[in-house]
Amino acid sequence: MDKNANTSRQNSLETKERLKIKKHEMRCQPPEERRHNFKEVPYGYSPEEAVEEAKRCIRCKKPYCIEGCPVNIDIPAFVKLIEEGDFLGAAKKIKENNSLPAICGRVCPQEDQCEKVCTIGKRKDTLSVAIGNLERFVADYESKYGDIHIETNKGKGKKIAVVGGGPAGLTVAGDLCKMGYSVSIFEALHEIGGVLMYGIPEFRLPKEILLRELKVLEDMGVEIFTNEVIGKTITVDELFNERGYSAVFIGTGAGTPKFLNIPGEELNGVYSANEFLTRVNLMRAYNKSEYDTPIKCGKTLVVFGAGNTAMDAVRTGLRLGYDDAIIFYRRSRKEMTARLEEVHHAEEEGVKFEFLINPIRFIGDENHNVTAVECERMELGEPDESGRRRPIPIKGSEFITPIDAAVIAIGTNVNPIVPSSTPGMSLNKWGYIIADENTGKTTKKGVFAGGDIVTGAATVILAMGAGKKAAVAIDKYLETGIW
Amino acid sequence: MYEIVGKKNLGEGINLYNISAPDVALKALPGQFIILRVNKNGERVPITIANSDKNDKTVTILVQTLGKTTHLLSELNVGDSLADVVGPLGVPTEIEKFGTVVCVGGGFGIAAIYPIAKAMKSAGNNVISIIGARSKGLLLMEDEMRSASNEVLVATNDGSYGSKGIVTDVLRELIYDKKIQIERVIAIGPVIMMKAVSDLTREKSIKTTVSLNPIMIDGTGMCGACRVLVDKKTKFACVDGPDFDGHLVDFDNLMNRLKFYKEEEKASYECHIKEHHKL
Ligand SMILES: Cc1cc2nc3c(=O)[nH]c(=O)nc-3n(C[C@H](O)[C@H](O)[C@H](O)COP(=O)(O)OP(=O)(O)OC[C@H]3O[C@@H](n4cnc5c(N)ncnc54)[C@H](O)[C@@H]3O)c2cc1C
Ligand SMILES: Cc1cc2nc3c(=O)[nH]c(=O)nc-3n(C[C@H](O)[C@H](O)[C@H](O)COP(=O)(O)OP(=O)(O)OC[C@H]3O[C@@H](n4cnc5c(N)ncnc54)[C@H](O)[C@@H]3O)c2cc1C
Ligand code: SF4
Ligand code: FES
Repeated sequence: MDKNANTSRQNSLETKERLKIKKHEMRCQPPEERRHNFKEVPYGYSPEEAVEEAKRCIRCKKPYCIEGCPVNIDIPAFVKLIEEGDFLGAAKKIKENNSLPAICGRVCPQEDQCEKVCTIGKRKDTLSVAIGNLERFVADYESKYGDIHIETNKGKGKKIAVVGGGPAGLTVAGDLCKMGYSVSIFEALHEIGGVLMYGIPEFRLPKEILLRELKVLEDMGVEIFTNEVIGKTITVDELFNERGYSAVFIGTGAGTPKFLNIPGEELNGVYSANEFLTRVNLMRAYNKSEYDTPIKCGKTLVVFGAGNTAMDAVRTGLRLGYDDAIIFYRRSRKEMTARLEEVHHAEEEGVKFEFLINPIRFIGDENHNVTAVECERMELGEPDESGRRRPIPIKGSEFITPIDAAVIAIGTNVNPIVPSSTPGMSLNKWGYIIADENTGKTTKKGVFAGGDIVTGAATVILAMGAGKKAAVAIDKYLETGIW
Repeated sequence: MYEIVGKKNLGEGINLYNISAPDVALKALPGQFIILRVNKNGERVPITIANSDKNDKTVTILVQTLGKTTHLLSELNVGDSLADVVGPLGVPTEIEKFGTVVCVGGGFGIAAIYPIAKAMKSAGNNVISIIGARSKGLLLMEDEMRSASNEVLVATNDGSYGSKGIVTDVLRELIYDKKIQIERVIAIGPVIMMKAVSDLTREKSIKTTVSLNPIMIDGTGMCGACRVLVDKKTKFACVDGPDFDGHLVDFDNLMNRLKFYKEEEKASYECHIKEHHKL
């Protein structure tokens, strides 16, 4: 394993020489090929490529990258270990702060986080260290060659219930289990993983990777109950009073899709992104010969929105066999919120992008199937409350595009099942749970919350970060009894 | 995991199952439903809870064999297990003392209306139930309905039992000929029946609750597949319903949405039957 490392020589690499090394892009499945399959797009680094990329880090005295990371991974330290060929050591280093690096390496918006502030990325003629790619490499390496068994402490004798098996819930569960608590995850669906399972497609995050992480949790002794809708099957209060849990963590996500509220939205062939992606991911509709849940295909698919969800939907459409898969976005290219890599990949695969376009109605045939969408063109006005320039319709710019299906990916609202069935827990004006940023404490004793159900739709790493903080706070609460 | 502990064929492709589902059985209220998967590659299929037994920790469901999933289910027997059962989902039916309540059930809707009639009666209402079938032999749950109601009226298409015709004919008679003062109507059955009942009661402004059955996936408000138009607004039947005010529901939209996957469902069913006969 150490054959690539020549520690002494590399340690003495001069900054000047490091800056000369070109960034190593990850090799990918060719676009013409991958637009027809659901296999993962990038192949990942070879050990040689990883070591070479790691050499580009200049080991800053003030590593901005660490501050840019929502969970403050010691990036220069793990990158140095890669350079030295100690890949398992690097994985261990990352896991001090992030228990799901194989997932984060794939889905974090690095260009807005660590890689955004990386010192060498800010120079004119060098690009940031590919921190995300390196994280992904060591996590995959560890899963192949390492011992991912995790030691847990001896029983603390108290039971904790985690509601929702998304990244927030999985993190809390793992951390508390390590501390020695008995932890049960209650998940509404028949499989856990949250958005990682039902939302993010196979070609971006293979299910195998998620299942590997879930197995680690199960091996540690986390109990997993699927098909339990908290608020319906059991309430939060009953978890305390009837099931004997000492603390409850709520990580139920943001999960209710927003619609456009325009005429024709009820037509067949108009989907929320969640429905479209759930059919394909959770229910595996793309594998028609083995799974029963249906999905339609046709010539033209239009996706409204420009976040990760929209990219996932439009690229899924291509893979299902739509000839044309198009993004319609009401703002401009600059305001898109999806990860940069996904936008690049989508473009390479032949996804078309149309900007400054707003849908005003869907048009259907006598069978109630959508056949076209009428849109208007927009121009950008003054900045709005989000700081982005507000799109304003251009009069007389309406036009009609024939389509076979439309996916609406314009965000989510709070799912009210848990909030409305849990008395004594305060919500903000949008219905999200109010929780302390540093501890996840809600206004209800013994109940903690984190992830999208607190922040609204955010990111995997923020959900995990919230889970980490909550685990520490739950331990403290149960040790001291002080709320 | 979710074992079938009882099964009875009620004729005409309708089966009754008692399924062991302790957490669901403890919580189920009239008007709620479960989502089940027959096997691990299967669809998620919503089915109304016809009864629940807190002691046995079972729920009773009546399922009409229509396509692949319900066919697969019909092949299971006592001792077999379902891959998944989740519930109770949806908002329970509003049960209060209204006065005279008419419960209209058609097809497997009778199974859904049964717990509601029972609860309405215990709440002190005068419950008149109207149940229908094509002919006498096909009438479901008559005895149960009799015990759950103060009066049961039967309609059969061929006139072999009760009055000849359909349930709406009987309801019209109650309202217009017998001039019975009705405080509330609950109608569950085929969409076309619920629509006809709602049209009938609208004339007299009798508040009418219907239970909608759009295509669902998660049943927790996450996907929006189950959206229906009520008072021209989008509602999610799985979390906002399945009960809605029949006078405000856009039934045509619901019927159209139910048809969306007809081709795929047919192909999947035919393929299943072909394989089935090979065995
Ligand atoms: C299509 C898509 C693509 C995305 N891509 C990215 C990306 O590339 N990078 C990134 O950082 N972020 C991405 N995100 C956002 C990210 O996935 C979320 O911010 C993150 O998953 C939130 O985690 P969570 O644990 O709070 O909730 P979720 O992941 O939403 O998990 C919540 C879980 O709780 C369960 N649940 C809900 N209600 C109940 C209940 N009443 N009882 C029991 N269980 C319940 C749900 O079924 C679900 O499993 C994407 C989101 C989507 C939808
Ligand atoms: C709240 C609710 C309660 C219901 N209660 C009962 C009940 O008590 N007994 C009963 O027999 N049936 C009930 N249904 C209908 C039942 O879910 C469908 O008959 C079943 O899904 C058909 O599946 P299939 O694969 O056998 O048939 P398919 O060939 O797949 O479909 C036949 C027809 O059933 C409808 N359907 C298909 N998939 C779904 C789905 N995932 N969700 C809803 N409808 C679908 C469509 O209209 C379709 O055309 C209920 C539906 C809902 C929404
Ligand atoms: S900011 Fe960039 S160059 Fe500096 S330590 Fe971090 S990764 Fe290395
Ligand atoms: S079934 Fe998915 S939101 Fe209702």
